[in-house]
Amino acid sequence: MTDTARIPESLHEQGEYNFAYLDEQTKRMIRRAILKGIAIPGYQVPFASREMPMPYGWGTGGVQVTAAILGRSDCLKMIDQGSDDTTNAVSLRGFFEKTAGVRTTCETAEASIIQTRHRIPEKDLREDQILVFQVPIPEPLRFLEPRETETRKMHALEDYGLMHVKLYEDIAKNGHIATTYAYPVKVNDRYVMDPSPTPKFDNPKIDRMAALQLYGAGREKRIYAIPPYTKVKSLDFEDYPFEIQKFDKPCGLCGAENVYLDEVILDDKGGRMFVCSDSDYCEERRADGHLGPMAADPAAARVGNTRTGETIR
Amino acid sequence: MNLFHAEDPLLQVHNVTRYYGDRIGCSEVSFDLWPGEVLAIVGESGSGKTTLLNCLSTRLAPTAGAIEYRMRDGAMRNLYQLTEAERRLLMRTDWGFVHQNAADGLRMSVSAGANVGERLMAVGARHYGNIRSTADDWLGRVEIDSERIDDDPRSFSGGMRQRLQIARNLVTQPRLVFMDEPTGGLDVSVQARLLDLLRRLVADLGLSVVIVTHDLAVARLLSHRIMVMRHGNVIETGLTDQVLDDPREPYTQLLVSSILQV
Amino acid sequence: MYVAVKGGEKAIRNAHKLTAKRRRGDTSVPALTLEQIAQQLAHSVARVMGEGSLYDETLAALAIKQARGDLIEAAFLMRAYRTTLPRFGYSTPVDTGTMLVERRISATYKDLPGGQVLGPTFDYSHRLLDFALAAEDDGAEQPVEMTDNDDQAMPRVTDLLGDEGLMEPDPVSDGGTPVGDLTREPLSFPADRDLRLQNLARGDEGFLLALAYSTQRGYGRTHPFAGEIRYGEVEVEFFAEELGFAVTLGAIKVTECQMVNQFAGSAQAAPTFTRGYGLVFGQAERKAMSMSMVDRSMRWQELGEEPVAPAQDVEFVLSHSDNIQATGFVEHLKLPHYVDFQAELDLVHRMRTEWFEKREQQEQGGAAQEAAQ
Repeated sequence: MTDTARIPESLHEQGEYNFAYLDEQTKRMIRRAILKGIAIPGYQVPFASREMPMPYGWGTGGVQVTAAILGRSDCLKMIDQGSDDTTNAVSLRGFFEKTAGVRTTCETAEASIIQTRHRIPEKDLREDQILVFQVPIPEPLRFLEPRETETRKMHALEDYGLMHVKLYEDIAKNGHIATTYAYPVKVNDRYVMDPSPTPKFDNPKIDRMAALQLYGAGREKRIYAIPPYTKVKSLDFEDYPFEIQKFDKPCGLCGAENVYLDEVILDDKGGRMFVCSDSDYCEERRADGHLGPMAADPAAARVGNTRTGETIR
Repeated sequence: MNLFHAEDPLLQVHNVTRYYGDRIGCSEVSFDLWPGEVLAIVGESGSGKTTLLNCLSTRLAPTAGAIEYRMRDGAMRNLYQLTEAERRLLMRTDWGFVHQNAADGLRMSVSAGANVGERLMAVGARHYGNIRSTADDWLGRVEIDSERIDDDPRSFSGGMRQRLQIARNLVTQPRLVFMDEPTGGLDVSVQARLLDLLRRLVADLGLSVVIVTHDLAVARLLSHRIMVMRHGNVIETGLTDQVLDDPREPYTQLLVSSILQV
Repeated sequence: MYVAVKGGEKAIRNAHKLTAKRRRGDTSVPALTLEQIAQQLAHSVARVMGEGSLYDETLAALAIKQARGDLIEAAFLMRAYRTTLPRFGYSTPVDTGTMLVERRISATYKDLPGGQVLGPTFDYSHRLLDFALAAEDDGAEQPVEMTDNDDQAMPRVTDLLGDEGLMEPDPVSDGGTPVGDLTREPLSFPADRDLRLQNLARGDEGFLLALAYSTQRGYGRTHPFAGEIRYGEVEVEFFAEELGFAVTLGAIKVTECQMVNQFAGSAQAAPTFTRGYGLVFGQAERKAMSMSMVDRSMRWQELGEEPVAPAQDVEFVLSHSDNIQATGFVEHLKLPHYVDFQAELDLVHRMRTEWFEKREQQEQGGAAQEAAQ
C-alpha cells in the first residue's frame, strides 16, 4: 500500500532549479545539436526535446535553445509578434528571470540573445548577438508531404520540385505568390528551410545576417541554424521574383517607413492606424523625436502608451 | 522501322525472378529492349506481367536476376545498384510511367499546368513563363484545350486525365516509358483516340516503351514485339504480327482466337 | 529610458490569482485532500500517471487538484516535473507473470490455471446513478468476501498458448540492440516495437480508444480476442552494478492486456496466434486494451499484412498519440498571431481588389457587347 499522505521532500523545493532550468547534460545535448545545425546550415537536426513547464507550441523549442546557450553575463530580450510585452513574451521572459536570473532588456541593441516568435527586429543585428526563433512546424515541405520519412528523403536528395509546384499554383491561380509568412528559403544553395512564421517582409533580413540564427522546434524535436553571413534565398521564379509586403503609409506613431506595421483598430467606425510591429524600434524613434502623422491623435495615445502591445485587463 | 539502327540495347533484362512468399510472381525473364522499340507484355490477369513491369521500373525489387539500363552517358548500369538519388533522377527525367488509373500518376489537386510542369521544376526550371508555355505546348500535343491549363484534373474526363498523365511523363523527353494498361477502364471510342495519340507520339519521339496489356488489340496497334506470359513465365515471344498471326503456343492460340482480329 | 511596460505581466499575474481562487471554489466547502483524490479517484490518478509517464500517486493527486480535475493538464504537470528528475538508470523488466493479481480475466478460456478473478470492475454493474453516494456520509463499508487464491500460480494465458506452440514466442531481447528511450532520443521512423509500445503507453486514452475501435469496425481488422487482462501489483527491480544483483525498489500497480490475434502464416512462418500488447500504470483497462489492439495493428509489416487503415499507420499514430503535444499545439492558436494575420489580411485585401476589378472588367465587356448588338 502506498502511503499517500507523505509528500515527497522535493515538493517543497520548487524554485531550486538548475541555472536556466535545464540540467547541464541536457544543455550539452542541445548544444551538440546546435553545433551540428551550424555545420549544416538549414538542415533540421533531430534532438531529444524535453518536456518543458510550458505547453508544446508555446515556445518550448526556442526556450530550450536559449537555455542551452545562455550564460550568466548574457542580456536577454524576449519578443513575440515584434513586441516585448505580449503575454507569452512576458511569460517566457519571466521564466528566464526566475530560473536564470539574467539581465533582461527590451532594447534590441543591448541584448546579446534575442528570442523571438514571428518577427525579426527592424534594427540590424550584430555579430555578437544571437537570434533564437520559436518554430511551430520546422518542415517546409510538411503541407505538401505529411510524411516525415518522405520529407527527410526529399531533403537528402534535394528533391524540391514539389515546393515550386506550390509556387507555380499560386501564380497560376492568383497571379502572384500567395505565401505571406513562413515563406520558404534555400540556405547556402542546399537546404530548403522554413524561416518560422515570420512575415516574408523579414526574409531579406535573414540573408547574410551578421548575427547567428538558431531555430528551435520543441514539439517537433528539431533544431536548425543559419551561421552569420550565410546566403539565404527566398524561393521564387526568375520572372516572378520574390518581393516583400509594402505598406503605403508610415508608422502612425513614429513615422517610420519600410518597417513592418500592425493594423490597430481604433473604434467601431472604421478608424484604423498602422503602427510599428517592432515596439522597441518605435519607442526609440519617438524618444529621438520622430513623430508620425497620427502621433498627436488622441486615439493614438492609447495605442502609444501600450506600446502597440495587446490591451489586456 | 528504324529500331535496329541503334547498335546497343537500352535495357537488358537477365533472369528476373520475383517471389511473393512461396508463390511465383514472375520467373527467369530475360530480354533486351532496343532504342525506339515498343514491347508489349500480354497475358491474362495473374500471369505476372504487372510484377515484371514493376521490377523493370524499380518499383519492386526482384528476388533474383539483374536489370541493366543504358544511361544517357552510354554506360550500362544495374538498376538496383543505383543510388536513391540516381534512381529518382532517372524516374523523373529519362523515364516515364503511365498508370492504368490516371489518379495514381497525377496530382489531382494541382492544376494541369503544374502537373505537366512538375518534372521541369524538379530538374531546375525556374522561369514561370517558360514552364507554362512548355506545359501549354504539351497539353496541345495531347489534345487538351489550352483553356484547361489552370483546371485540376479532378474536373477532367477519364480520357483527358490519361492524356494529361502522358503529357506529364513526356515533358522531359524521356527515352523509356513504362505503361500499365494505359487504355484500361476507358470507353471504346475514347480508347481508340488514345491509342492513336500514343502511336503518333511514340513514333514522333522515337520512344522505347514497355507496355503491359491484356488487350491484344492494343498490343497489335502499338508494339513491335510481343511477349506472352502465363503463370509467371514467358511462354512465347516474337515480332507482334508474327505472334498474333501465327501463334506457336497453344495458349497463345487460345488468347488470339478469343479476341476479334483488328 | 523605457522600463518594460508590465501591462501584460500584471494581467498574467492577476489571471493566475483568479485561477487559484476559482480552483479552490467556495471556501465554506472543505478543500480536497491528496489522500481523498488518490483514494477515491483512482482511475483519474492512473490516467495521469500513465499519460504523465511517472508513477507517483501522491504527485498525480496533487496534479489533479492543481489542474482542477483537467486530466490532460494534470498529466502535463507530471511530465514537466518528471523531466527535471535525475535519471539513475533503467529497471529490469517487470515480470507480470508473478503479479500479485487483484483482477484477472480471460475471454479465451472458460477455466484456466489460477482461475478467473473478477476483482474490482465496473463490468456487469448496472449504470444507474447511485443516489446513496450523494449522501454526506458514504463511508459505510460493506464486507467483501475474498476467495483465498494465494497459493495458486497464475500463468499468463499467452504462455499457456505458447507452450503448445500456438502463440508466437515473446520476442527475445537482443543484448546488442538496447531498448530505445523516446524521452532521451527523438522519435524517428521507421520506429521499432520498443519505441512504439513506449509511445502508446504514454498515449492519449481517447485517441487509442478511437483507433482500436476503428479496427473493430473494419479499418484494419485484426480479429482480436482478449487473451488475458490482469491487474495487480508487480515489483520493480533495479540492477545495482555495485552490488552485482538486483534490488527491489518497490511495487507498482499495472494493468496488462494481451490480445490474441489471428495470423494465417506465411512461407516462412506456420499459422499461429500473434499478440498485441498493452501495459499501463494503475487500473486502466480501457487504455491497456486499446493499446494492445493498436500495437497489433501496427505490426502489419513484420507479419506481411496490407496497410489499409489509420491504426496501422505507424507514423500517423505515433506522431499524434501524445496529448501533451497535441493540446499544446492546438491551444497555441490562442497565442497572438497578429503579425501573420496582418500578412494574410494584406493578401486578402489585394486578392479581393483584383477580383472586383476583374469582375468589373467582365461586366463592362459584357455591357459593351450588348451595346454593340
